Amino acid sequence: MELTGAEITIRCLQEEGVEHVFGYPGGAVLFIYDELFKQDKVKHVLVRHEQAAVHAADGYSRSTDKVGVALVTSGPGVTNAVTGIATAYMDSIPMVVISGQVPTSYIGEDAFQEVDAVGVTRPCVKHNFLVKDAKDLAVTLKKAFYLAKSGRPGPVLVDIPKDVSNQKVAFSYPETISIRSYNPVTHGDAGQIKKAVQLLLEAKRPMVYGGGGVILSDAAKPLTELVRLLGFPCTNTLMGLGGYPANDKQFLGMLGMHGTLEANMAMQECDVLLAVGARFDDRVIGNVAHFNSVPRKIIHIDIDPASISKRVKVDVPIVGDVRQVLTDLLTVLHSSKQKPDAAVLATWWQQIEAWRSRKSLTYRNSDEVIKPQYVIEKLYAITRGEAFVTSDVGQHQMWAAQYYKFDQPRRWINSGGLGTMGFGLPAAMGVQLAHPDATVACVTGEGSIQMNIQELSTCKQYNVPVKVIALNNRYLGMVRQWQEFFHGNRYSHSYMDALPDFVKLAEAYGHVGMHVEKPSDVEGALREAFKLKDRLVFMDFQTDPTENVYPMVPGGRGLSEVILAEDL
Amino acid sequence: MRHIISLLMENEAGALSRVAGLFSARGYNIESLTVAPTEDPTLSRMTIVTRGSDEVIEQINKQLNKLVDVVAVMDLSDGGHLERELMLVKVRAMGQNREELKRMTDIFRGRIIDVSAQTYTLELTGTGSKLDSFLQAIDHDLILETVRTGASGIGRGDRILKL
Repeated sequence: MELTGAEITIRCLQEEGVEHVFGYPGGAVLFIYDELFKQDKVKHVLVRHEQAAVHAADGYSRSTDKVGVALVTSGPGVTNAVTGIATAYMDSIPMVVISGQVPTSYIGEDAFQEVDAVGVTRPCVKHNFLVKDAKDLAVTLKKAFYLAKSGRPGPVLVDIPKDVSNQKVAFSYPETISIRSYNPVTHGDAGQIKKAVQLLLEAKRPMVYGGGGVILSDAAKPLTELVRLLGFPCTNTLMGLGGYPANDKQFLGMLGMHGTLEANMAMQECDVLLAVGARFDDRVIGNVAHFNSVPRKIIHIDIDPASISKRVKVDVPIVGDVRQVLTDLLTVLHSSKQKPDAAVLATWWQQIEAWRSRKSLTYRNSDEVIKPQYVIEKLYAITRGEAFVTSDVGQHQMWAAQYYKFDQPRRWINSGGLGTMGFGLPAAMGVQLAHPDATVACVTGEGSIQMNIQELSTCKQYNVPVKVIALNNRYLGMVRQWQEFFHGNRYSHSYMDALPDFVKLAEAYGHVGMHVEKPSDVEGALREAFKLKDRLVFMDFQTDPTENVYPMVPGGRGLSEVILAEDL
Repeated sequence: MRHIISLLMENEAGALSRVAGLFSARGYNIESLTVAPTEDPTLSRMTIVTRGSDEVIEQINKQLNKLVDVVAVMDLSDGGHLERELMLVKVRAMGQNREELKRMTDIFRGRIIDVSAQTYTLELTGTGSKLDSFLQAIDHDLILETVRTGASGIGRGDRILKL
């Protein structure tokens, strides 16, 4: 059976079970859009900007375990998509981006809407392909999906020139694929796992630190089982929230630059650290030399060998799929007669409780002005902790991470690695389309939301009833906070003047807008908004412009060199 | 420390730029890089000479392995290995210099591969330091042009990098 490249593209998406594609048409992808039109298995969501297409596919993927798919045209279509692709790359999100390209005979001639898509995206994709012959298209797309979701996941771009999408060739979709140069390890080394178990059992001040890898490999269950079995304290990174239930007493909260005192101190002072699907990045452990100044044994489980001993030297590296390794670790642990020394652990917990009793997330609430933390606490209460929460980037992101207690994985959707403002709303669209009946909230700021606010239009077109919680402090809050702390209160270009009337704006897009100024109105407004199940509600909360995120470990400092709210 | 890393990669468009891009994006140093197809036309063999601390070299090896187009990586410096570089040198060869340059070329086991009334073109192979020595041994003012390939490396004896 002969099919055109465009038909093959759509057939491959169907074969992969893709239900939603987020995209924007243009000249180079017209044949592909024509084929989309002729079928109804793959639903297309027309965004308003290609960056949003990729973020939506990203949110879709993060909230499920599926590969997100975006479709963009050549030239500006691809360059607009780059921020989204880089966001997915930094957070290892499985994604396939299909881009149109000018016809093969035009490549290199500076044709209209030509850009070297493979070149432009190379540093921020797991892999990419330029398909020069329709004969290679099916195999390439199969490879793309396989690469995107296996091993350490990531975005894969497939660039399809216009003539290739119109070229007729025989079609058969390969059932399986193997790539000789790509063989990700799944099982960890048994000897290393035994060594790890021994270290854990003999630990005096143990600590478990779980990152985004726990979420990506669906390992929350074995991680929780392991931590409970051992009776150890556990922390999650910003990317790992929900990997261990936040309401559990063994959970110390998030660690890192804005982590709790107890999480950061336990991380610093522990003698055995079990790192699971995490990468010791600068926002998590701060200054490496300071972190290394305390001797401790580190066990590191990660699917990517390059993540091990990259910033911090590791004693027991275990390369493998996090869920598989944790399951094997549990088996060894169950068969071991030895148990952790309860008395020694109790002493360690006493120390941890002393740190915890400092209540580092306490903030001074007010009757006069809305405290952003209070909004998140109320959001948590009203959604009973069951919402999918996406966020943009800045102070509101940190407050959402600190005060919304995620008990389940894949509920907290944020751009952790790249820190992409403008991520929240399109990501929320992707989440809502993946979970039509779920409650989805986008916590954002008046700065971030304006970076992809045009997506309110997409939300209208597809009836996406997300709740936008804008913590509007009239400042680029995190920038303002750094300027206050480190730049002598010189608020250089961090004040946002001439903000739009967000209520009117929401209404102009056909949504419901709410303006909330008084702390006493916060709860009622949230209740009212979440009752409007079928409507997008944009909630503009006028929050305290001077509020800062605490605790804070200043950039380049050590985890114990923390600024607490009570210090000021 | 100086390391010589050998790799086999898919002989595909763009594979070289993935490797080169990795080095520049992560701030790794490249002293030289050579690449050409092997007896198996689907594979290219690359030799990279780089410098870095043990930690950096470990990362380079891991990051190279992570590239989907890279089939196999071997740090030749981890064991016995040979390395050779080819150099072509065009020199001004007139009068008494003609004889002197011929003699030096013989001493370094090079060959004269092109002769004109005023010039010789010399071909030398060896380690980088041998080629450096040759350039230092002859009169600097006579050198018109030098072309060096960068090092190619191979393991000694049973150290084989093959699919």
